[in-house]
Amino acid sequence: MPFKRYVEVGRVALVNYGKDYGKLVVIVDVIDQNRALVDAPDMVRGQINFKRLTLTDIKIDIKRVPNKKTLIAALEAGDVKNKWENSSWGRKLIVQKKRASLNDFDRFKIMLAKIKKAGVVRQELAKLKKEAA
Amino acid sequence: MSYKFHQFQVVGRALPTESDEHPKIYRMKLWATNEVRAKSKFWYYLRKLKKVKKSNGQMLAINEIFEKNPTTIKNYGIWLRYQSRTGYHNMYKEYRDTTLNGSIEQMYTEMASRHRVRHHCIQVIKTATIPAKLCKRESTKQFHNSKIKFPLVFKKVRPPTRKLKTTYKASRPNLFV
Repeated sequence: MPFKRYVEVGRVALVNYGKDYGKLVVIVDVIDQNRALVDAPDMVRGQINFKRLTLTDIKIDIKRVPNKKTLIAALEAGDVKNKWENSSWGRKLIVQKKRASLNDFDRFKIMLAKIKKAGVVRQELAKLKKEAA
Repeated sequence: MSYKFHQFQVVGRALPTESDEHPKIYRMKLWATNEVRAKSKFWYYLRKLKKVKKSNGQMLAINEIFEKNPTTIKNYGIWLRYQSRTGYHNMYKEYRDTTLNGSIEQMYTEMASRHRVRHHCIQVIKTATIPAKLCKRESTKQFHNSKIKFPLVFKKVRPPTRKLKTTYKASRPNLFV
C-alpha cells in the first residue's frame, strides 16, 4: 500500500489531458501543491497541473531546473526512451496508436493473419486432444 | 497559458495650460484585463493622487509589460489594500508562480474565495520578487526544498478530452495513483 511513484525533480510523467496529450515530460521543479514545472526535448519549459500528469516509474538524475542541453543528456543517460518503449505501459500505448492509424488494407491483412493464427492454434489443440483421448 | 490580468505601463499627464506649460508626467504600472480598463484605472488612481481628471489630462503611452523569464519559478510578494464589509485593510500575500501576471491572478481568486472581496475592491500597492530567504509564509517556504518529494495521493480519473465524457461508466474507477 505505500507509495512508489513520487513527484520529485527528475520524475518522468505522461501528460494525460490537454494540448500536450500523450507526451512524456520530466518534472524539473515543483511550483506549489498543484503545479510543476515540466520540460521535454521538444517543448518550451512550462507549468502544468498535476491533474494533467500521470507519474511513471522512470526517474532520471538531474538537478533542479537544468538547462535544455543537460536535460537531453540526462534523458540519454537514463535511457528513458527505450525503458518506456519496452515497458508494458509504453508498449500498450504504441499498439493503441498503431491500431488507430490503420487503413482498410492493413485491417484486411490483420484479419487474414488472425485467421491463420487461429487455424494453427486449433490444429495444435486437436493434436493434443487426440493424444489425451 | 493565457492570463486574465495583463500588466500595463500607463503614462499620462494633465493637459498643458497657460499657467503650467509643462505639467509633470506620471507613469503607473497596473493590472487590468485589457488596455481600455487599464487607462480607466490609471485616471482613477491619478485622481486620488493629483488634481487631474481624464477630461483635463492626456494619455501619453500605454504598453503591455510581459514577463522576462516565464520559465523560472519565483516567489512573489504582493502588498494590497482591499475593502471589506467593514472598512479598508492592508494585506501582504505571497505566491509561488512562474509569472507575475499568474501570481496576480492567483491573488484575485484567493481574495475572492477567502475574503469574498471582488476584484474592483482590491488595489495592488506593490509587488516584488522575493528571494527564498525572505519569504514569510509557511505555505511558500515549504516548497523551498531542492530535494522535494511527495506522492500524489489521489488520482482523478477523467477522459482525455471532454468529447469522450459519458454519464455512465462500465466499471468503478481505480483512484490509487
